[in-house]
Amino acid sequence: MSQHDIALTVNGRAYRGTVPARLTLVDFLRDHLRLTGTHTGCEHGVCGACSILFDGQPMRSCLIFAVQADGATITTVEGLAPDPAGLSVLQDCFWETHALQCGFCTPGMLIAAQALLNRNRAPSDEEIREAIGGNLCRCTGYKQIIDAIKLAASRLQGANAPLDQKGAGSHG
Amino acid sequence: MAEQTFRYIAKKRRPKEDRRFIAGAGRFVADLALPGMLHVALVASPYPFARIRGIDSEAARALPGMIAVLTGAELAAGTDPTLPGVDAPKVKRWPLAHEFVRYPGEWVAAVVAESRAIAEDAAELVEVDYEPLTPVTDPEAAMKPDAPAVHPDHGSNVLFRKKWVWGAVEEDFAAADQTLSFRARWHRSSTVPIETFGVLAQWNPAQQLLDVWASIQMPKFADQLAKALRLPGNAVRVHFDVDVGGSYGVKRGLKHSILAGFLAKKLGAPVRLMEDRLENMRGGDAQGPDRIFDMQVAFGNDGIIRALKIRALDDCGAHAGRAPLQLGKPVGAICGPYRVNAVEYEAISVTTNKTPQEAVRGFGQAPTNFALETAVDRVAAALGMDRLAVRRANLIRAEEFPYTIPSGSTYDSGDFQTVLEKALTAADYPALMAKRDEARRKGKLAGIGIACCLEPSGGNSAFEPLFNPKNETTTWMEACSIKIDGAGAVVVSINTSSSGQGHESLAATVVGEVLEREPETIRVVRADSLSALPSNSPVGSRMAIMLGGAAAGAAKKLKEAITAIGAHKLGLAIGDVEYHDGAVMSRADPAKKASWEAIAEIAHRKFHELPPGIEPGLQASHVLEVPTGGTLPGPDGRVQMYPCYAFEAHIVYAEIDRITGQVALGPYIVGHDCGVMINPDIVHGMTYGGIAHGIGAALYERFRYDESGQFLSGTFMDYLIPSAHEVPDVAIVDHCTPSPLTAFGQKGSGEAGYLGAPAAISCAVNDALAPLELKIAELPMTPGLLGDLIATAKKSSS
Repeated sequence: MSQHDIALTVNGRAYRGTVPARLTLVDFLRDHLRLTGTHTGCEHGVCGACSILFDGQPMRSCLIFAVQADGATITTVEGLAPDPAGLSVLQDCFWETHALQCGFCTPGMLIAAQALLNRNRAPSDEEIREAIGGNLCRCTGYKQIIDAIKLAASRLQGANAPLDQKGAGSHG
Repeated sequence: MAEQTFRYIAKKRRPKEDRRFIAGAGRFVADLALPGMLHVALVASPYPFARIRGIDSEAARALPGMIAVLTGAELAAGTDPTLPGVDAPKVKRWPLAHEFVRYPGEWVAAVVAESRAIAEDAAELVEVDYEPLTPVTDPEAAMKPDAPAVHPDHGSNVLFRKKWVWGAVEEDFAAADQTLSFRARWHRSSTVPIETFGVLAQWNPAQQLLDVWASIQMPKFADQLAKALRLPGNAVRVHFDVDVGGSYGVKRGLKHSILAGFLAKKLGAPVRLMEDRLENMRGGDAQGPDRIFDMQVAFGNDGIIRALKIRALDDCGAHAGRAPLQLGKPVGAICGPYRVNAVEYEAISVTTNKTPQEAVRGFGQAPTNFALETAVDRVAAALGMDRLAVRRANLIRAEEFPYTIPSGSTYDSGDFQTVLEKALTAADYPALMAKRDEARRKGKLAGIGIACCLEPSGGNSAFEPLFNPKNETTTWMEACSIKIDGAGAVVVSINTSSSGQGHESLAATVVGEVLEREPETIRVVRADSLSALPSNSPVGSRMAIMLGGAAAGAAKKLKEAITAIGAHKLGLAIGDVEYHDGAVMSRADPAKKASWEAIAEIAHRKFHELPPGIEPGLQASHVLEVPTGGTLPGPDGRVQMYPCYAFEAHIVYAEIDRITGQVALGPYIVGHDCGVMINPDIVHGMTYGGIAHGIGAALYERFRYDESGQFLSGTFMDYLIPSAHEVPDVAIVDHCTPSPLTAFGQKGSGEAGYLGAPAAISCAVNDALAPLELKIAELPMTPGLLGDLIATAKKSSS
């Protein structure tokens, strides 16, 4: 098995590693970097639990080899919050609407939703469904997830409003 | 029960456990890593039925990084088999096939290596010599005397067969104005959580102790694991602080855990077994009910249903754990929410060469509800009556509770009519009918579905003795313990793992309610199986009732102790003080009070200030028996199954694409009454999710096998789980009829939505097909199935 040196940025931090050619990116993130927030649900690119932002685009890390991430900038669920102790507006909205139950699909769902909000601050219900349509959730029936994304969009639209309206939850 | 006012219960509250999941900081079994951990890959049978002639693992063993290959023969010699929930002692199951493979995908050998990748490489090098046998794949064929026996030692494929007659069924059928009969088919699907099952086991030889971390939801898992491994129960420690990535019944990987535990002990290293998706779907032994209902209904010209004859034949697959018992739970709601005078029920469970079943959300109730609601629709059609009118005429009325059904269960409370009417109002039913009729005028296939379904809750064990007289289990208790430290901080200990039900929020809210302390300040921890008090895990929509009840019971004991300590401190009789916000104060002079902190300090440090008879330290535990539990079934099989009955009324609009057969759903309204909701967001979430799951079972999800027994649905491209595109916006209309049996009037709700959605969608599809004079009583109604059906109508009409 050939080994390859890679260098990439994950959640703002530079990493170097040597990986076997067949190692998937999700296994690299989980097993090598111990970033276990990114989950594997099907390993054939359908469920979306392994979604990450790859150079800003939502992508399935089970369908990419680690060597393909050489030079890439990656954000995982662990990198969504502004600081390790805090929550992003979107994460806080997921908490507010209880947009999860078991929490297994949640990291991928957050990534898909964040990618949407990064390009569209006022998504319609249809656009939200489209954005999370590739992420399967077995617990929620998607309703409270859609509510969370709508809430986050409205809070982010008010980003210039006073601080207490920005979505930093009182329970946070 | 008088209307209660609550401080924390029934209020919006952010669930405690959500915080870690949104940060990506859940602790799932695949996230755990131990030094020196080994990985398992599995060699799976390509045949549905075959004799194993030999296994050659020489090439596999030569691979660098390989540790061991384990076969069924060695495992069977070193472990005890697990047995079915019914009395069939010769139907033995080991984690690896022994002598025979009985279904496609059954595990034949386990390969252990330093990494999962190496283990998979090695598994491909294991050569198994099979002698293929003729499989049996059809449950009706499996019942025939000349059918190949999946378990020859058992003598036939019939694992369980019993007929009960409750009431004057024959007389009612003879006297009825009309009767009708039909067959309803619920094909094989399951809950299919996004997290597959996984287990990590580590044997500690110095302590003679097996530590187990698993994504488990299973009553008495640790006991059964220890028994199979021939260990005393106190030599297995299951850690319940593992987050379970969805279960809805199926996360019961006993065979996986026996295998991992055996390997960990044998190899002296931590061993992890994580299913991949194919293993989960094919060899994870977690498929669901696969049922043929033959229904007969006796009814009057007025639409009143007098009696039912139900024959349910379930194909449990190649092995039976608790699968046959899924025919048992519906006995507790065998006539649904309707007044039916008499019921005959025949339950048959057979083995075939398919993947075994596991417990699926509702434990057999969702298929039964589908058959019952189809019966109601058939009665309406036979009489030319409105479907709603038939339901209204037969629903049990609010003033009739508690109401005992022919099979012996008493429904605790309800107001079915009101819930149905509220749902119809919210749906604007006349407008919905106008929308349907307008769509039909435009040539569309449009329909409205209605389903009125019960959701038995409280997770009792009564189906065990009903289906196996040798099993005299009459309690499925649940426990909770609470400690208050010397500074007044509260820790609640629960005794099971959770898979999304919000048990930490539940326990904190209930304890906060009783002790009048902010739930946010209460920490909830999980015992391991050795330190745990008794639990029967979150099954049968029981935890709001059982964990909620146990937590309330423990909190009330603490409140009494605090009150006694406070009264003693104030020099007053207990009757002269009152408990308020955690402090104890004089009724006569509220300024005279002992604070929460002062009482905690007394309990922990000042024995000299404790009243006589009060233990030092502030801790209490409570073990709760299931309300109404504790008795064996009567000789006629009459039994109180579960204590509490929630009710759901679904209204759904559907349009079917004539060409593709695709069903578009929505609006979707559900009226729901599960008594007092401890946390409304959590209850609503489970209901939305249950409906989504029901949409899958109704329209998309099916584990398919071809006629030769090959399994065809091993990926998410073959087994279709509803995405955000297929699940419409659902509106829930709440109603609250408190249960008289529970601490706060709560009922269970973990199976909400799923118990009625398949029935409702089937009803909508049939309404849409009615203008074509087509009907169908088969789930899932996949696009292909509906498209073909519609095409036949066009042919016959052209």
